[in-house]
Amino acid sequence: MAMKKDLLSITDFSKEEYLRILELAAEFEENPNQELLKGKVVASLFFEPSTRTRLSFETAINRLGGRIIGFADPDSSSATKGETLHDTIKMVSNYADLIVMRHPLEGAARYAAEVSKIPVINAGDGANQHPTQTLLDMYSIMKTQGTLDNINLFMVGDLKYGRTVHSLLQAMSEFENPIFNFIAPPNLKMPQGYLHHLQEKGIRYFEHEEFTDIISAADIIYMTRVQKERFVDPIEYEKVKDVYILNNEMLKNTKPNMRILHPLPRVNEISTDVDANEKAYYFEQARNGVFTREAIISHVMNLK
Amino acid sequence: MEAKDNAKKKLKLKVSAIKEGTVIDHIPANSLFKVISILGLDKIQNQITFGTNLDSEKLGAKAIIKVSDVFFEDVEINKIALIAPHAKLNIIKDYEVVEKKIVETPDKITGIVKCFNPKCITNNEKITTCFKVIGKAPIALKCKYCEKITTEEQIRMI
Repeated sequence: MAMKKDLLSITDFSKEEYLRILELAAEFEENPNQELLKGKVVASLFFEPSTRTRLSFETAINRLGGRIIGFADPDSSSATKGETLHDTIKMVSNYADLIVMRHPLEGAARYAAEVSKIPVINAGDGANQHPTQTLLDMYSIMKTQGTLDNINLFMVGDLKYGRTVHSLLQAMSEFENPIFNFIAPPNLKMPQGYLHHLQEKGIRYFEHEEFTDIISAADIIYMTRVQKERFVDPIEYEKVKDVYILNNEMLKNTKPNMRILHPLPRVNEISTDVDANEKAYYFEQARNGVFTREAIISHVMNLK
Repeated sequence: MEAKDNAKKKLKLKVSAIKEGTVIDHIPANSLFKVISILGLDKIQNQITFGTNLDSEKLGAKAIIKVSDVFFEDVEINKIALIAPHAKLNIIKDYEVVEKKIVETPDKITGIVKCFNPKCITNNEKITTCFKVIGKAPIALKCKYCEKITTEEQIRMI
């Protein structure tokens, strides 16, 4: 039997595979309804609720003509009866052809893939990985910039705990000549391990605590939310909270090709007055998620 | 010099020689029982003698284990590298040292160390842990599952 393909961590895929998936995503955007999953059953296992990711996956599966079994929150799964993840996955992998899963514990997807006979796609495992988000971010960069090379990428907000920025950093560092600008409060800076990764690859990066004055250099601004819960001292939070809010006024001198991305949900880190600006791309980005997930499913199941 | 010779004599008295087997020397004294447990010496029937809190210039206090009629495979002995990185092995045949070995930190550690991350799946379900050794001095272990790095100070044995 050929080895099954999973998508558990963004680093599981090579640069060639990233590009293959982005190429497929563009095909699905042209023609989203293709019955490649006809007659197949996909298990959508959400051990932790996630409206956007789940709906995006389920839309992708429906557009591919597949059928869905599963649960949207752990209260309706057998995990509440104390069943182990091992046993749930063993059972489901006897029923379905593909597992899409989100789980609050880190490493749960990789473990599930070891237990499962069928391919597993990680739809988020705690603070660890969310590789389909990264691929849809890359697709959004590719679509708006025409390339993944020579991108000046600004990452703003919580760079310490944000898994989306970590994975995007890893993936983009595979491409030619990226420049990273990290803008974060001191307690939420990009972890050393990731900076070390960039140093090893000889990639340029800069760290800042504010970005109003430097914003004109950006090709992509990737916004994330600075959460109050991350601060031990509430006064510290009050001091920095407005520094990481993007408003329309700030966009005046930005490059024409610049686009703003955000993994969503947004709270207040992007003012609503930005939404009407053509540089606001986050809702479009979420739409790209469906095509990218169609592409990922096709890739791991060898449908195309 | 005299004191050193006396110490050597005393050591000889405390831990008797073996005819066939393995002597593991230069174990940090506080890791002795962990080494015994990792190598499964608490579950075998062979004769074992050990000494601990012995003087050592390098380690301060060291321990030594002598196991009769047991010869370890490299993979097995390298498991103790995490807690006894300076351990030295003497292979004994007919009261003579026929081979000396040092332990080497392996590239992969399976099932000995706990992942430091409480949210890792391995700390929540019955799973054998597995780490890639990404640093040897100091030791840094990358969990195969949660991808977090357990540092030397954070290492806890299962």
